[in-house]
Amino acid sequence: MPHDASAFELILSGDPALITIVRLSLIVSLSAAAGAAVIGLPFGALIALARFPGRELTIVVLNALMGLPPVVVGLAVYLLLSRSGPLGSWGLLFTPQAMIIAQTILIAPIIAALARQTIEDMWVEYRDELAAMDIGLAGRIATLLWDARFSLVTALLAGFGRAAAEVGAVIIVGGNIDGFTRTMTTAIALETSKGDLPLALGLGLVLIAIVVVVNALAWGVRRAGERLAG
Amino acid sequence: MKTLSRRMLIAIAASAVFAGHASAQDKSIVVASTTSTQDSGLFGHILPMFKAKTGIDVKVVAQGTGQALDTARRGDADVVFVHARPAEEKFLSEGFGVKRYPVMYNDFVLIGPKGDPASIKGSKDIVAALGAIKAKGADFISRGDKSGTHQAELSLWKVAGIDIAKDKGPWYKEIGQGMGAALNTASASNAYVLADRGTWLSFKNRGDLVIAVEGDKRLFNQYGVMLVNPEKHPSVKKDLGQQLIDWLVSSEGQKAIADYKINGEQLFYPNANDSGA
Amino acid sequence: MRAPLSDLPIVLEDAAVVVGQLTILNDVALTLAAGAPTVLVGPNGGGKTTLLRLAMGLLAPSHGRVTWGGRIDAASTRRAIVFQRPVMLRRSAEGNIRYALSAAGVARSERAARAAELLALVGLSELGERPARKLSGGEQQRLALARALAKEPQVLFLDEPTASLDPTATKAVEDIIRTVSERNIKVVMATHDLGEARRLAGDVVMLHRGRIVETAAAASFFDRPQTAEAGTFLAGELLV
Repeated sequence: MPHDASAFELILSGDPALITIVRLSLIVSLSAAAGAAVIGLPFGALIALARFPGRELTIVVLNALMGLPPVVVGLAVYLLLSRSGPLGSWGLLFTPQAMIIAQTILIAPIIAALARQTIEDMWVEYRDELAAMDIGLAGRIATLLWDARFSLVTALLAGFGRAAAEVGAVIIVGGNIDGFTRTMTTAIALETSKGDLPLALGLGLVLIAIVVVVNALAWGVRRAGERLAG
Repeated sequence: MKTLSRRMLIAIAASAVFAGHASAQDKSIVVASTTSTQDSGLFGHILPMFKAKTGIDVKVVAQGTGQALDTARRGDADVVFVHARPAEEKFLSEGFGVKRYPVMYNDFVLIGPKGDPASIKGSKDIVAALGAIKAKGADFISRGDKSGTHQAELSLWKVAGIDIAKDKGPWYKEIGQGMGAALNTASASNAYVLADRGTWLSFKNRGDLVIAVEGDKRLFNQYGVMLVNPEKHPSVKKDLGQQLIDWLVSSEGQKAIADYKINGEQLFYPNANDSGA
Repeated sequence: MRAPLSDLPIVLEDAAVVVGQLTILNDVALTLAAGAPTVLVGPNGGGKTTLLRLAMGLLAPSHGRVTWGGRIDAASTRRAIVFQRPVMLRRSAEGNIRYALSAAGVARSERAARAAELLALVGLSELGERPARKLSGGEQQRLALARALAKEPQVLFLDEPTASLDPTATKAVEDIIRTVSERNIKVVMATHDLGEARRLAGDVVMLHRGRIVETAAAASFFDRPQTAEAGTFLAGELLV
């Protein structure tokens, strides 16, 4: 990115480096949100609906994992994916795939914990009907997840927001490589360390704007869905 | 309708995960280098030339020197390009590198506040200047991160006869971060800091900081490049990596380095031919 | 080919339901046999809902036992229940019925046709595509009935099905109940509306404070109540 341009000049001129960075940020964090949803939603629903020894402890741990420090996740994934590590042969370190993996691990607990709470609350309402229809555990999980879909959008947004905002994990496993693994947050960290604070601040505002747009789109989808499905 | 959009989502997700990985199989190498080299903007200037010539994509992971050498030890980089000769020699003796090639040098400068509490501005004697800073207890920011700059700083204290680990006081602040962060901190707290000239020239947040001491021969900072030993890590792309090294020490590469200027000032001085470097 | 096992008669022997310190039902001895609808009446809080759940198999007695066709642990595949406030799934009316059909094991290829039949039975054919949560109270009650009938039950339990409905909706629901009963489905229903009890009951069970006070054929109950409580209740006075 040109040294002396302000963030807004870069946006208006459609600076290709900036576009690459924004695209990568969205791909990484949206993919992580999708992956974390696939893992976290059924898991959260399962914890909500099943009864097993140690359930309360599991819930406490799951809630606590919402606060996983991104740098710690980054370090752990780095050690796993390093050539000297157990999964080194996959050659994934310093790639966007590694960043997606790290962020998925980071936000899966958030989505699972919020799903658990939502589904557990819904269960109070749905319990009689589903019991009367003899629905088994798997059926209950599927039915409640689908019926709770609008509330769960909020959980997904929480996960996405956390992923889009973090820098600790992606910078360690991605390496902040120019044009390849540089995201908005790592670019902001870089420009700050170079002392180009106005540019860093401008990029920060762009990042916030993007997250707001994603939230607005999700809100729109939710409203449309509610109007259609009640 | 529902199944169609579900399938589309899965397809998008899968391509996102795998598409990027496919392009990584094109000609590319990972170079572990330092934050100060990256912050100077040198790579942005010379690497496109290398790519145009060879088609090789050079991915630079910028860390502190200690971390860069560690990354290379772990086999996570193909080439390592840092500026701390003793650490590089150790790296070689441990068998992690194939051969060390000198590439270029730049110099360090001692940055300080305009007010100059240690009264050293304009001096050409870095050792005396450090002594004055300690005597006056003037605020000094150290990178404290095992980087090349940090190691140069430590050896200068030694030359000045000061055991900084023992004799440091509250005036000596170790931040454990890169050059840019150190300069930011020095700017915010009006303190002295040792910086490489390249980062200083591109640094924008100077506040009241100016160059206090420069030109002492002991402030010269030598860069070396090494191929990570494929015998230790078979995954190292040794042919592509060697091409980069060969280019850096070639007359073309050396000229590209010399041509890099900020505000008309040359930052790095190529010296691949200097066998003692 | 063996005939499916019958859930009737449902026999409650010396059944009681105790929750903590509270005795909700006590000394319940009752037989629900095939035939005309059995209607549970009595003041609120008397235990009608709990008795329905017990007979459905949704809860186990704290004391005594419940048998279905002579069996103690009979799966509920041939019994269905409509709750006082039925919960609609977040999908269309037809979607709700298809869900119930799926739960009952009906093959996917047959579900559309069966759902259409059930919608027609309860008079909701025009509203099949409407989101179920957007239906009126009466329409939701009818949809819940259709859902319950999806499993082709032998016994249908109804907990105050018309409690919150206006007269038109009430009539619609009662007509469906009559149709269902004429198809040889045993209806067991709780109501606090004595008029409705008169309209629908084959026999009446009156509950007061967790005990069965009187059991009789409808005509006998309404014309010649045997107990003082029944008399007070039928006279429209508060029974405390």
